[in-house]
Amino acid sequence: MPKDDIKEFRLVGTRPNRPDGLDKVTGRARYGADITAPGMLWGAVLRSPHAHAKILKIDTSKAEALTGVKAVVTRADFPTGLTGEEWNLQENTMAGEKALYDGHAIAAVAATSSLIAQEAVRLIEVDYEVLPHVTDVDDAIKPDAPVIREGAADASVPEGMPPNVVKYFEFGRGDTAAGFKDADLVMERSFKTEATHQGYIEPHACLGQLGADGKGEMWVCTQGQWFIRQMCSAVLGLNAAQLRVTPSEIGGGFGGKTTIFMEPLSLALSQKAGGRPVKIVMSRSEVLRATGPTASASMDVKIGMTKDGKLTAARAEFRMQGGAFPGAPVDMALYCCLAPYKIENVEHIGYDVLANRPKCAAYRAPGSPMGAFAVESLIDEMCRKLDLDPMEVRLKNAVREGDQASYGPTFGSIGLVEVLEATAKHPNLSVPLGPNQGRGVASGYWFNHNGETSVSMAISEDGTAQVSVGTPDIGGSRASIALMVAETLGIAYEDVRVNVVETGALGVNEPTHGSRATFATGKAATIAARAAIKEMCRRAANEWGIDEEAVEWVDGAAQPAGPNAGDYPPMSIKDIAKNMGSTGGPISGHHESVPDGVGASFGCHVVDVEVDPETGLTKILRYLVVQDAGRAIHPSYVEGQYQGGAVQGIGWALNEEYVYGKDGRLQNPIFLDYRMPVASDLPMIDTMIVEVPNPGHPFGVRGVGETGITPPLPAIANAIQGATGVRMSHLPMTPTKVLAALKASQE
Amino acid sequence: MSKIHVTTVVNGDEVEFLADPRETLLDCLRDHLGLTGSKEGCGTGDCGACSVTVDGVLVSSCLMLGVEAQGKRIATIEGMANGEELHPLQRQFVEHAALQCGFCTPGILVAAKALLEKNPDPTETEVRYWLAGNLCRCTGYDKIIRAVMDAASEMRGAA
Ligand code: FES
Ligand code: FES
Repeated sequence: MPKDDIKEFRLVGTRPNRPDGLDKVTGRARYGADITAPGMLWGAVLRSPHAHAKILKIDTSKAEALTGVKAVVTRADFPTGLTGEEWNLQENTMAGEKALYDGHAIAAVAATSSLIAQEAVRLIEVDYEVLPHVTDVDDAIKPDAPVIREGAADASVPEGMPPNVVKYFEFGRGDTAAGFKDADLVMERSFKTEATHQGYIEPHACLGQLGADGKGEMWVCTQGQWFIRQMCSAVLGLNAAQLRVTPSEIGGGFGGKTTIFMEPLSLALSQKAGGRPVKIVMSRSEVLRATGPTASASMDVKIGMTKDGKLTAARAEFRMQGGAFPGAPVDMALYCCLAPYKIENVEHIGYDVLANRPKCAAYRAPGSPMGAFAVESLIDEMCRKLDLDPMEVRLKNAVREGDQASYGPTFGSIGLVEVLEATAKHPNLSVPLGPNQGRGVASGYWFNHNGETSVSMAISEDGTAQVSVGTPDIGGSRASIALMVAETLGIAYEDVRVNVVETGALGVNEPTHGSRATFATGKAATIAARAAIKEMCRRAANEWGIDEEAVEWVDGAAQPAGPNAGDYPPMSIKDIAKNMGSTGGPISGHHESVPDGVGASFGCHVVDVEVDPETGLTKILRYLVVQDAGRAIHPSYVEGQYQGGAVQGIGWALNEEYVYGKDGRLQNPIFLDYRMPVASDLPMIDTMIVEVPNPGHPFGVRGVGETGITPPLPAIANAIQGATGVRMSHLPMTPTKVLAALKASQE
Repeated sequence: MSKIHVTTVVNGDEVEFLADPRETLLDCLRDHLGLTGSKEGCGTGDCGACSVTVDGVLVSSCLMLGVEAQGKRIATIEGMANGEELHPLQRQFVEHAALQCGFCTPGILVAAKALLEKNPDPTETEVRYWLAGNLCRCTGYDKIIRAVMDAASEMRGAA
């Protein structure tokens, strides 16, 4: 629903080719594994085959004796005494006393070739004492479950909780007991979701170099070069300023590349090998076994509804495991799950539980999809019971500006009502359904994020502009930032070059995460451009001998305004740039802040499915994503985020899951068995961009990356109920599970 | 393990390299010939990021040994544009925003080109099934399919 007022912009809202497009369609773009360096060695990592085991002894002598091996490291090579999350990162980088999950790194080797490094890894001998393990969240929270780590619980955990509970959350408002009493229908259901992986196609890769003097460099595929710098420095006890981290092009991240895995190993190996650079490229099975998937969840939800569809109370109790370390996004799941609804009486309880699985990492709207699966599924079931239209119920209870969110704060400008109204009018909702077909709708929410941001913009001698940003371009952000800067300066899109720079070039930037790049980097770049404009106006004022305040910037040129209007011809950016050496030197603009004014994004999805009663296979017939972008700077990449998020959600709903065997080993660590959606599984993904501008951003941007993965899980479950009458409460809804549920319902 | 001398033609140029018999064609392209446009997403034939053609046949270069390239004609993403001039598929991909991270893009372009050489007028379903061996995690495939369909129609128009 692009509004007419978008015409007020010359460039924002248009769809130019992305600046890095040519490199990326010709194979020239350099990703993590595409770089080599003189004297380079190859690294490889030995990983635990056990889910939980004491490491009694590591004998690296045979590996060290192999010709071509230049360094071997184990945990003994790392500094000791770390605490908190820094200890967690170090422990996850390389196991200490225990291997905590199948795939946990035990030792690493650097050698003159990749084949020699792999051979050397096989020569390392490890004595393990295998311990009892637990991988399922409901098993891990039992009082008698194998204990992953004593003393890992923080102060939030009340006395007497089971030993693997490491964080506890409890918040709410109103009186849920009274709220449930006011309801005509109260329902309570339990739901489960399985862990899924972000599934970026580019495996983690880095090239690290570290000298005996503690100075180092790294080339790495990451969403955040400063995070890599800070985490590697912490884990290795380095001085952060001495480590220079350059981000490669990034082959997808979705949150999974906001932390470290093998990066410190390349630095440690390099230092031990006399400072020779060490390249480590993970295999796909290493990615799946040892990098952060998302958490798995077990959830109970209770909701009260009046017979005309008003929500009176809700209670959510979620348990999540995020691997052998604290950090499952159970808090985020609780914050988001009821956010689309105005409910007076709410209660949230959450448990973060340890289990013998890899340390979870962020995955697109961390936590929100699980919570939405539970809440949106139950609301849908209640609508069906009360014979209410699920769209009307969502509208009736929708939060608006000024409402207090279920998790506490008061909403500023939000566009949920606009999203729901636009959805209800979409033609997909009136397509007639055939036998075995069903339609499902669901809403989704993500806060969006600001984060530390530092941007520099400099005017070149010819009046073009270069922008240095710290957020890697993961899906077209160079294009959107160039559009905003060109719009602000009044120059052509092609006259702006956006460079993603290394850590030495700017102040600290948080990663491209939290849907923040177009919001935060875009806002900072716009403010930096305005600072350069101010300086250019000053140069013109000096030249004309008039007051700086009496100069305005119009269409890429300074011109006299107010009483001096028309006294001098406009001085273009090109003229000013040409002479800047003699008028005061280089002209640039900077901006550093944690930009305020974050705007949350709501979405609503509508899906039509057909379920084959013979096989239980669910086919997606039609899919619609409607979401509030605030303002779409480059609509094609906004649509791309909507479509990509929806399809990741479809995979989570129907196919994807981490399958652990009784031995605690991951049984599907290759793409053949960890099956993500392929082109032939899907129809076109229809999108509608709603624009309720965010007043906190110069162009109204909210951030669009994450919300879209949230609604598919419940929307598809709701559609399956429409098609079959069966309610699926455990993801993924594989043919086997759907068929079993169909059979059970017929008995 | 002693290395084997391999002579082959890549993107029209005769090249030679020494391959360890355990190295895949993908390893040889990337590490011996510096052709890093072909990507390794899985190493097991499941993602298509390493797609190349060998004597005109679309293959996953991670599933073929480098030594098997002896005497063959290989085409990779680096040879797809004609000098400055992009192949219609490459141009349509940029114009349709059919890539986000771009990591799957080289493999998908090579696979799509092989499709259009066989079938210049594919249906949407045919494109979807042909590309079912190429994973893209970013785009949900929508814009990729549209770009391939539009490139096909452009190429038919030009023919
Ligand atoms: S790398 Fe060859 S198919 Fe994935
Ligand atoms: S564009 Fe990222 S995997 Fe396809």
